[in-house]
Amino acid sequence: MAKRIIIVGGGTGGTMTANILASKLDSEIRNGQVTITLLSDSPVHVYQPAFLYLAFDRFYEDEFTRSERDLLRPEIDFVVDKTTGIDFKSCFVQGASGKKYQYDYLVLSTGSYPDPSAIPGLEKGGDWFYTQEGAKKLAKKIASFEKGRILLSVGVPHKCPVAPLEVIFMLNDYFKAKGIRKNIELYYTYPIARLHALEPVANWAVGMFEKEGIKSETFFNMESVDPEKKTLSTLEGSEVPYDLLIAIPPHKGADIIVDSGLSKSGWIPTDKQTLKVTGYDNVYALGDGTDLPISKAGSTAHFEADVVAENLTSEIKSGYPAHFYDGRVLCFIETGLHEGTYVWFSYTTPPNPAPPSKLIHWMKLSFNRIYWMAARGLM
Amino acid sequence: MGEIKADKTIDARGSYCPGPLMELIKNVKSANVGEILEVLSSDEGSTKDIPEWVDKVGHENLGTVNHGDYSSIFVKKVK
Ligand SMILES: Cc1cc2nc3c(=O)[nH]c(=O)nc-3n(C[C@H](O)[C@H](O)[C@H](O)COP(=O)(O)OP(=O)(O)OC[C@H]3O[C@@H](n4cnc5c(N)ncnc54)[C@H](O)[C@@H]3O)c2cc1C
Repeated sequence: MAKRIIIVGGGTGGTMTANILASKLDSEIRNGQVTITLLSDSPVHVYQPAFLYLAFDRFYEDEFTRSERDLLRPEIDFVVDKTTGIDFKSCFVQGASGKKYQYDYLVLSTGSYPDPSAIPGLEKGGDWFYTQEGAKKLAKKIASFEKGRILLSVGVPHKCPVAPLEVIFMLNDYFKAKGIRKNIELYYTYPIARLHALEPVANWAVGMFEKEGIKSETFFNMESVDPEKKTLSTLEGSEVPYDLLIAIPPHKGADIIVDSGLSKSGWIPTDKQTLKVTGYDNVYALGDGTDLPISKAGSTAHFEADVVAENLTSEIKSGYPAHFYDGRVLCFIETGLHEGTYVWFSYTTPPNPAPPSKLIHWMKLSFNRIYWMAARGLM
Repeated sequence: MGEIKADKTIDARGSYCPGPLMELIKNVKSANVGEILEVLSSDEGSTKDIPEWVDKVGHENLGTVNHGDYSSIFVKKVK
């Protein structure tokens, strides 16, 4: 009987894993020894990094969405059926349609989601660019903002760790280009003692903030928002008034992770090297949904997809997994509307950002367009 | 120090981003009042940053144990 691989999540990690696997197991699929099924709750694939640009009307829906079916190799069975339960003992996934999907191997790439409801008052008093609707709504506010304080606040945990700095530099350039920067106070805040988690990036940002007149406050963790008074209070005892609050809400894992009993926190307990789910030898996890202490980023999901696909391939071809994730992450960082830099790091190699340049900015813009090739497993 | 028993251990060794303190902040939220969290960190800055943040928000620092290439930092959630 064919070995059935089920992948849950038609986002970055799930799509890449499915396509890489289908290419590696081409002969087994042809011979009827392996089947690959991708389950997702939507027929549409969304390139989320575009939301940052959508907030400035620099990327539009027809450019950042594709049909998931069209991104997948034809031999992958794609089913739109939201997973509502997982029975890890009897090895099946329950779909909302009522259908059960039996698996020999399961891969979870169910993502992470901004949860503004976790901070009292934030839903009413704040804006965010971490969802498509949120970014669209924020774009209108940015376009009509003429004077006052823009406060940026960052919840923990969150995906795309460089987005807080990117958005502040993009706001800076946007209002400079519009000729009204002097009327606007940019107030950046960050949860820990420096401007960014990555120390060299934080050190570099200090100089940029001085040069560009961007104010900042660190050790800043949202406790509540008062939408009437337009103030934000922090766990550390600060209260800051704002005219526009751009928040990165704290994130939660997919509901199915709690609903299936896999974890109480919502994050998937995952082995940092093999990417197997703790306690289940035939289940792998990758992407934003894991509990690994690393950046929740598309590049993380990309590097992990290689490891998961390689391990499933070696399990099927040789009978055991033989590949290990080294914690690799690569992030492009926009340092304005015209320049950018990048960092890469792993569990053992610290980050070392390159000096910002136009070329790196163009590389990020190019990647935004060739992402579809990466999703197809071609990069 | 050997006698402190953590309710949860957060292994943040090798975490450059988000880093040990943000891993702690995330875990403090879902912990119950009275629980003890242990953060394993290979980043030297954490032995200063973490106690400083814990003081600021009013949780309790229980101390740090140095294991050579990493440290255990113990924190009690008190509110
Ligand atoms: C504003 C913004 C900017 C970003 N910028 C960058 C960047 O510059 N660089 C970078 O590397 N990363 C960036 N990211 C992060 C990147 O998009 C994510 O890290 C990446 O998409 C994670 O992949 P994933 O597969 O874990 O989750 P996702 O891509 O979110 O996919 C999860 C999938 O699971 C599906 N799903 C969830 N629950 C179920 C269920 N019960 N049943 C069926 N399907 C389900 C969802 O519908 C979704 O398709 C950015 C994100 C945002 C929001």
